[in-house]
Amino acid sequence: MSQGLINVAYIGATILFILALGGLSKQETARRGNLFGMIGMALALLATVIGLVTSNYVLLIIALLVGGTVGLMLAKKVEMTQMPELVAILHSLVGLAAVMVGYANFLSHAIEFTGVEKTIHDIETYIGILIGAMTFSGSVVAYLKLSGKWGGKPLLLPARHWLNLGLLILAIYFGVQFVEQAAQGGGLFPLVAMTFIALLFGIHMVAAIGGADMPVVVSMLNSYSGWAAAALGFMLSNDLLIVVGALVGSSGAILSYIMCRAMNRNFISVIAGGFGSGTPSKSSGPATEIEGEVTPINVDEVADLVSTAKEVMIIPGYGMAVAQAQHMVSDITKTLRKKGVNVRFGIHPVAGRMPGHMNVLLAEAKVPYDIVFEMDEINEDFPDVDVSIVIGANDIVNPAAQEVPDSPIAGMPVLEPWHGKTTIVLKRGMATGYAGVENPLFYKDNTRMLFGDAKESLESLFKLVS
Amino acid sequence: MRIGVPKEIFAGERRVATTPEAAQQLQKLGFSVAIEAGAGEAAKLRDSEYEAAGVEVISSTESLWTSSDIILKVRAPEDHEIDLLKEGQMLISFMAPAQNPELLQKLADRKVTALAMETIPRLSRSQKMDALSSMANIGGYRAIVEAAQHFGRFFTGQITAAGKVPPAKVLVIGAGVAGLAAIGAARSMGAIVRAFDTRPEVKEQVESMDGEFLMLEFEEDGSGEGGYAKTMSQEFIDAEMALFAEQAKEVDIIVTTALIPGKPAPELITEDMVKSMREGSVIVDLAAAMGGNCKLVEKDKVVVKHGVNLIGYTDLPSRLPTQASQLYATNLRHLLSDMTPEKDGQVIVDFEDEVVRGATVVKEGEITFPPPPPKLSAAPAKKPEPAPIEVVEPKEPSKLKPWIPFIVGALALWGLGSVAPASFMSHFTVFVLACFVGYMVIWNVSPSLHTPLMSVTNAISSIIIIGALLQISSPDGWVIFLAGIAVLITSVNIVGGFAVTQRMLDMFRK
Repeated sequence: MSQGLINVAYIGATILFILALGGLSKQETARRGNLFGMIGMALALLATVIGLVTSNYVLLIIALLVGGTVGLMLAKKVEMTQMPELVAILHSLVGLAAVMVGYANFLSHAIEFTGVEKTIHDIETYIGILIGAMTFSGSVVAYLKLSGKWGGKPLLLPARHWLNLGLLILAIYFGVQFVEQAAQGGGLFPLVAMTFIALLFGIHMVAAIGGADMPVVVSMLNSYSGWAAAALGFMLSNDLLIVVGALVGSSGAILSYIMCRAMNRNFISVIAGGFGSGTPSKSSGPATEIEGEVTPINVDEVADLVSTAKEVMIIPGYGMAVAQAQHMVSDITKTLRKKGVNVRFGIHPVAGRMPGHMNVLLAEAKVPYDIVFEMDEINEDFPDVDVSIVIGANDIVNPAAQEVPDSPIAGMPVLEPWHGKTTIVLKRGMATGYAGVENPLFYKDNTRMLFGDAKESLESLFKLVS
Repeated sequence: MRIGVPKEIFAGERRVATTPEAAQQLQKLGFSVAIEAGAGEAAKLRDSEYEAAGVEVISSTESLWTSSDIILKVRAPEDHEIDLLKEGQMLISFMAPAQNPELLQKLADRKVTALAMETIPRLSRSQKMDALSSMANIGGYRAIVEAAQHFGRFFTGQITAAGKVPPAKVLVIGAGVAGLAAIGAARSMGAIVRAFDTRPEVKEQVESMDGEFLMLEFEEDGSGEGGYAKTMSQEFIDAEMALFAEQAKEVDIIVTTALIPGKPAPELITEDMVKSMREGSVIVDLAAAMGGNCKLVEKDKVVVKHGVNLIGYTDLPSRLPTQASQLYATNLRHLLSDMTPEKDGQVIVDFEDEVVRGATVVKEGEITFPPPPPKLSAAPAKKPEPAPIEVVEPKEPSKLKPWIPFIVGALALWGLGSVAPASFMSHFTVFVLACFVGYMVIWNVSPSLHTPLMSVTNAISSIIIIGALLQISSPDGWVIFLAGIAVLITSVNIVGGFAVTQRMLDMFRK
């Protein structure tokens, strides 16, 4: 197969990848988009295998088959509540692969460069491995945190900013060493040393980030995996890798930006770790005493309220995912909608542990997506809502974000159920949310608290309304 | 402490100050409860039900009064009841303290503590004790029921084989709690309901009950302190009366609920208006006790004048005695539970508590009425005029600022271009363009698809496999090993990523 044909196949694959991402703009076209992605990947693989691979076919096919089977099993088996973990672990694989390809390329010396080109090529290799290693270790820590094997509390080392700076300087120092030694044909030692530094950096970076900032971390790692691919593309002079890497990189970057904006957080401060300026949970300033009292409610009263309501809004949060209550929510929604109650869902961009997490859970439970709305679409409708049901969410419905200027979450956009007639909050107890801020919503006159496990409460509610 | 509930002796009063249910709750607060035999009879609550709820039933009026520490009543005590009170006792009931200074004096002479349910301030916290509202709610509902009884036609419109039935038209004047309840009741019976109120902010509430709010082309706000109405200017009243005169010709039923605290009811429906109404129309005057919004209405009676039924009952809540007793008993229970913070049956009259301070009209023989004005109203007080915005000279935005990123970017690119070889620059062009394409495409992605987006980008970022494929044919064993591993793990990623995306997208359906 000629180089020209391979290039044409790559162009085709590039276009298909762009169409794949474009297809995700709407639910209707999303499945077709995914299909485009698969065809693009198949095309690129086929062209490369036929055109450029000359030996070791057996190893290649075995690796493809084994890897493919494992991947398929993972995809079939995973619970929708565990999507964040799966995505994180898959990111780590991209990072690891980038490191391996980088090393393989460094060791193979297939194409010899000279002069400036040599220097640039070495720098590209170096950066590719650096980003890859960071993505790998960062994703592994993110996976551990998301699956609860590593505590959700941010690890705040005393001089962590200096530590990061030190690691960065070391990485640059080894980079210079590497380029100098590689010019003489060596350079393995600085490369390995840098790999360890990058691994350490990735671990430290994610460890310093708290549980609720995970949506940002996951999308950031997504972005890194793209940049790693792009760096390898430069290294291998392969435009397909560059384009795909840039697409994925900018996709992840935009997602991170959207998540940060939804939490009213500065990207840098999320990455630097801890909440705000490293003083988590203690709201400073004048004591923000909350007036009023908490009014509990029991399931019978909730059943009365929702069955006589016309407009019901359900606001799910991470607590719904933890309690695995999405199916119960869906059953209740169906029953109420059959009775003519207009049940809708309001989703905050950072509800859950990764972007779009709640949508996926509700989709799994077969909640029709046209009654699931984004915060910006739905916030104006709250005055007409008779009953809002908050399930396992806290900070994303905290009026303090708007009312208390010195609150740690001040300025963060939030859902506004308190404008409706009644708000019912399903909660285990009176603990604060991730941000450690008291929630005045619970003390409002039109708020009722339904204490207990979300799933159990919803099960008894379902029995009463059906 | 012991709570005693005597039988109401006021003529026609059917309510009782506690129900078996409320009595049980009171016992949970640490009180013991006693009731006079037959007290709940008129409200269809039997003595045996009280006994079953752990309430002691006492047949002697006198021993009930003397053996109790707290007396709960509906109506204000009559003179001979006051004589039964002794020093240190507490009395809670309706008292109309503003109209009844002598009553307060008598109570003070007996050295008791008295709480009047009318004077509980209207705070959001005290809504659950607001007996005026709960009684007004019942009164409004009952007003429509009474009107329906005297009205010779349907409320709802129908088209039947025997001809067309037009819907009744109801005008509700005063959209307080009673007015709103009347609107709701009339609406649910199918009538066309219009409502008027001097306070424009109740428009929304009227509309929420499905009523039509009549607007007056006149700028004046009738909101007084504490959520009640105040007296309006003469011009306003003239415009208002013109509106009523016009409506009177059209509507079949008028319910008036206009009251201003502590003042005689304003006359809203004149004799001429009554004359202009159709034969068989009904007027229910909920303000009859305070002189009436229509002077033709006679207190506590139904009379027909100029062919119009005029209903002047002042005991409308008492005409739904079971319901009224239940709500009133709950109001009392909430008040007592606020006054017994320790739940040990010991009442504390805490003047720091705004609600208790407002309700207490006599404390240990001393008249404490009227209370200091409440700090806040349930409805937010009208916001003060926004302060004139200070004119701040807008800072001249630096013209250079938006260009800085471009300048820095251009310099960086120039620096890169001056050293980098051509082959690098062509790849770099592709890279930059791809970033922009990605930027444009990703912003269009629906937020609900962000998770599938991540899994699909994850799958396609495994395009790194190409890099591994390029090296798998190398002669070097280490390179083959590394490339093989890379192929293995990226293929996990490719298949896994696409498959899980497909799985998720399959779940997104209408």
